[in-house]
Amino acid sequence: MKPANFEYFRATSIDHACELLSAHADDAKILAGGQSLIAAMNYRLARPQVLIDISNIDNPSQITDETDGVRIKATTTQAIAEHDPVVRERLPMLVDALEHIAHFQIRNKGTVGGSIVNADPASELPAMSLLLDAEYEIQSKSNRHVMAAEDFFITYMTTALQSDEVLVSILFKEPPKNCGWALHEVARRAGDYALVGSAAIIALDDGGKCVHVRVVLFGVASTPVRAKAVEELLVGQVCSDELFEEAAKRVSEVVDAESDVHVTDEYRGNVAEVLTVRSLVDALNRAQTAS
Amino acid sequence: MVDKQKIHLTVNGTAYDREIEPRTLLSDFIRHHLDLTGTHVGCEHGICGSCTILMDGLPVRSCLTFALQAEGKAIETIESLDKNGELSPLQNAFWENQGLQCGFCTPGILMSMKAFLEDNPKPARDEIREALSGNLCRCTGYHDIVDSVVAAAEAALSSGTAKA
Ligand SMILES: Cc1cc2nc3c(=O)[nH]c(=O)nc-3n(C[C@@H](O)[C@H](O)[C@H](O)COP(=O)(O)OP(=O)(O)OC[C@H]3O[C@@H](n4cnc5c(N)ncnc54)[C@H](O)[C@@H]3O)c2cc1C
Ligand code: FES
Ligand code: FES
Repeated sequence: MKPANFEYFRATSIDHACELLSAHADDAKILAGGQSLIAAMNYRLARPQVLIDISNIDNPSQITDETDGVRIKATTTQAIAEHDPVVRERLPMLVDALEHIAHFQIRNKGTVGGSIVNADPASELPAMSLLLDAEYEIQSKSNRHVMAAEDFFITYMTTALQSDEVLVSILFKEPPKNCGWALHEVARRAGDYALVGSAAIIALDDGGKCVHVRVVLFGVASTPVRAKAVEELLVGQVCSDELFEEAAKRVSEVVDAESDVHVTDEYRGNVAEVLTVRSLVDALNRAQTAS
Repeated sequence: MVDKQKIHLTVNGTAYDREIEPRTLLSDFIRHHLDLTGTHVGCEHGICGSCTILMDGLPVRSCLTFALQAEGKAIETIESLDKNGELSPLQNAFWENQGLQCGFCTPGILMSMKAFLEDNPKPARDEIREALSGNLCRCTGYHDIVDSVVAAAEAALSSGTAKA
C-alpha cells in the first residue's frame, strides 16, 4: 500500500529537530532510517501528520571512544556501527547483535537509535542496551537528560521518551576486560526478528569465580528483560554446566510470553531456558579463553 | 492537500529536479516519475528485496525510503549496469548460468550482489547464500543464483578487475 500524506521537514541538526518537534507537538514523528516507520506507514498502521527527518543530519563524529564505553550517536546507521573499528574492538557482542538485525541492505539505512526507540521487544539493540548497562542521552527543546536503558522500555513499542524528545546518543558501557559473551536466537528465516533470544556476559576473577554476569532475554515479554534471578545464582560461584542448567530454570520468572501465530507460550518458555544455557556455556568458554 | 516539495538528485549519472508529494516512495519516484521501471516493487515492507537500489553506493530498499530522503544523493538502478546494451559481467554471469526464471527478483538481486562483490570479491558459497538472504526468489530455488554469483566473482578476478 501507499502511505498517507504528511508534511515533511528535513532537520539540519538535533537542535533543529527539537525545535520542529516542539512546534508540531503531538502531530509529529521523527523519521530516522525509516526501516520500521515507513513500513508501518505503507501499511497505514502509522499516519503521522508531520515527519521530521533526521537521517541527513551532518554527523562528523558518530562513534566516540569514552573511558567507560563507546558512545554512538542515535542517527548512526547499524551498518556503520557494525563495521566501526572501535566498536569491533571494545564491544564485539554488539557487532554480533547488529549482524542479527534484518539484512545488510536494511542495516545500511536503519539506525542504532531508531531501533532502540522503536522498542520492538524482539529486537536486538534494546536487549544489548540492558546487557551493556547502556545510558541514553535524551534532548528536547528545553531540556537534556540521561536515562538508564533499564528505565526506558515500558511495554510493546512504548518507551519513556516524551513526544517532544529526541534520543541523541547511546553510551554502551564496556564490560570488564577478559569477559566472555554470547548471543543466541531462534528465528524462522535469516534476518527475521527473533522468536526468542538470549544473551549473556560473564567475567571471572583469578580463581575462576564469576565476578560479573548479565543475562538478558528478548522476544519473551513486552520488553527486553534482564534475568536477575539467574544472575544472582551465579555471582561468586565457580561456574559449571550443571550450575547453568539450574540457574536457567529461573528464566521462567521473567518470561511472560503470549502464544502468537508463530509459536506457543510454552515453546517460548522452553526455548528461552535452552538458549540461556547455551549463552552461558559459550560466554564462560570465551571468558576462560580470554583470561 | 499537502504542498509538493522540490527534490534534486542524480540517478544513473543524470541529474533530475522534480516536485513531488512528500509521501512519494523512492521506488515509486524511480518508476513513475522517471519511468525507470527496471526497479521492481513486490512487498513494500522491506522483505522481498526486489526494490533494492544503490544510494551513494550502498544497497538500500527503495520502498522503505521516501524520495525526499534521497535529496542530493547519487542513485544507481538496474538500468545503470549494461553499457549500450552490452551486459555487465555480473549480468552476463546470470545469463550464462540461468540465474533467473521470471526475472522479477533479478534487478534487486543484481544491485545487492554488485555491492556485495565490491566489498567481498572472493566470497565463499556460504557467504553468498548469507548475502542473498535479503532477496526472495519464488522461481529458481536459489542454486543457479549462487552459481551465477560465483561465476561473476571468478570472471571479475580473472579479468583482473574487482568491478562486477
Ligand atoms: C525486513 C525487515 C527485517 C527486520 N528485522 C529486524 C531484526 O531482526 N531485528 C531488529 O532489531 N530490527 C529488525 N528490523 C527493524 C530495523 O531494521 C529498524 O532499523 C529499526 O527498528 C528502526 O530503525 P530506523 O532508524 O529505521 O527508525 P525509523 O523507522 O525511522 O523509526 C522508528 C521509530 O523510532 C522513532 N525514532 C527514530 N529515531 C529516533 C530518535 N533519534 N529519537 C526519537 N525517536 C526516534 C521514530 O519516530 C519511529 O517511531 C527489520 C526491518 C525490516 C524492514
Ligand atoms: S518492495 Fe521493497 S523490499 Fe519488497
Ligand atoms: S526469477 Fe522469478 S522471482 Fe526470482
